[in-house]
Amino acid sequence: MVDIWSGITQAFWLVLTLDAELFEIAGRSLYVTLTALAIACLISLPLAALIAVKRFRARRLVIAVLNALMGLPPVVVGLIVYVILSRSGPLGVLGVLFTPAAMIIAQVIIIVPLITSIAHQSIRDLWQEYHDLLISLNVTQSQKIRTLLWDSRRALLTAALAGFGRGIGEVGAIMIVGGNIDHATRVLTTAIALETGKGEFALALALGFVLIGLAVAVNLAIHWLGQTEREGRW
Amino acid sequence: MKHLFSGAIAAFVMANAAQAADVMRMAVTTSFNNSGLADVLLPEIAKDLNLDVQLLVVGTGQAIKLGEAGDVDAILVHSRSAEEAFVEGGYGSHRTEIMYNDFVFIGPKDDPAGIQDAEAATAALAAISNAQASFVSRGDDSGTHKKELSLWAEAGLDVAGFGGWYNAVGAGMGAALNTASGMPAYIMSDRASWLNFGNKGELALLYAGDPVLFNQYAYLPVNSEMHDHVKNDLALKLEGWLTSDRAKALINNYKINGETLFVFNAKEAE
Repeated sequence: MVDIWSGITQAFWLVLTLDAELFEIAGRSLYVTLTALAIACLISLPLAALIAVKRFRARRLVIAVLNALMGLPPVVVGLIVYVILSRSGPLGVLGVLFTPAAMIIAQVIIIVPLITSIAHQSIRDLWQEYHDLLISLNVTQSQKIRTLLWDSRRALLTAALAGFGRGIGEVGAIMIVGGNIDHATRVLTTAIALETGKGEFALALALGFVLIGLAVAVNLAIHWLGQTEREGRW
Repeated sequence: MKHLFSGAIAAFVMANAAQAADVMRMAVTTSFNNSGLADVLLPEIAKDLNLDVQLLVVGTGQAIKLGEAGDVDAILVHSRSAEEAFVEGGYGSHRTEIMYNDFVFIGPKDDPAGIQDAEAATAALAAISNAQASFVSRGDDSGTHKKELSLWAEAGLDVAGFGGWYNAVGAGMGAALNTASGMPAYIMSDRASWLNFGNKGELALLYAGDPVLFNQYAYLPVNSEMHDHVKNDLALKLEGWLTSDRAKALINNYKINGETLFVFNAKEAE
């Protein structure tokens, strides 16, 4: 219990004194995960809508695979991305291993199935409701997709936030492909793992509390920007 | 979408290349980094050579793997046989001894196996085995783990036949120390990691000093004939610095609680 309390006070002081190192790694955490989230949303949301409206042979299989991949162990993703990006791997010439770019790639792979699955669920429900209307208006496939995406935007926000949550707290993959290099690829979660390894529980907990605070702040900010949870708007 | 994605990657590649001119990557063992010596040496290296050394802190097994794949420019590890295999395989151009520290046996303060007055390191291990006292092993193929296994073998004991008291945790030095602290259990650690460890709990240093416990660190630049992208010139520049009198003074004077941790024993590069 002593550790938890001193962790809280240490977190408080780190934030209050605008600790440069803390802000650097927290900023990198945000940068990596938000970039990964943006790329993942660009892939996931249209894909989710497409799976909802388009009928094709392997549709069930694709949905099942996406659902299963939600539980993809990050450490496995990290290892696969490492092997591919390694100098002796197929994409080694890019030289992106142990850079934030490699971490973003790994996180995109981790969160795409999650966002796609959640988004697909809500778009499918909406599609049942809109089906007859949109068919009778004789709209094109891309118009259907755009309408569905726009009208289910609040649910898609939840999907994106779930992806953000999985990304920001992830440590297994980015440890392998990022390498936890000081001033280059160290983020909050890998720093926590490092301090735990040193037995510095108070500092590790302090970083943990900062991470939780950061996640709450981002969620609040997005809700505020999206003006959700307001009377008469939902 | 594809364009955006590959565009993003390309942007990162360029941003990466545009960083300070001299950046090299070195894989080091957890014990080297946990000792705190890296925090002393790296700023000096940056100042003297205008060289930013990025450390990848991993076990010796993984460090050697990274060197073999050409993902780092040099490695600094402590497992002689693995290092020699690395050089023989052509992955490293040569092996330069830099410094040594020593391993110590840590255990519960009340010392249930009575290793405190053991005559040799192997005798201490035999005592732990006889008492079936809890023991935490790194179990991660690191230099420390390999050393521990060789000591068990020297003591004439077979690790595979050990019972539930022998816990191979498959983790780095710090994580293994945390486990030992929680049990509490005996563990073999390098002195530096132990002194810097913040969660000692019921543990105490019980045995040290046997010459077999000395732990030689060596520096191995990755062979540029194997991987033409590795920054061999920077690796050699760093090697020159690590074997210099400047490094000697910094390494020999590095102390925690008044105890010297590392002894410099490199020969000037010829």
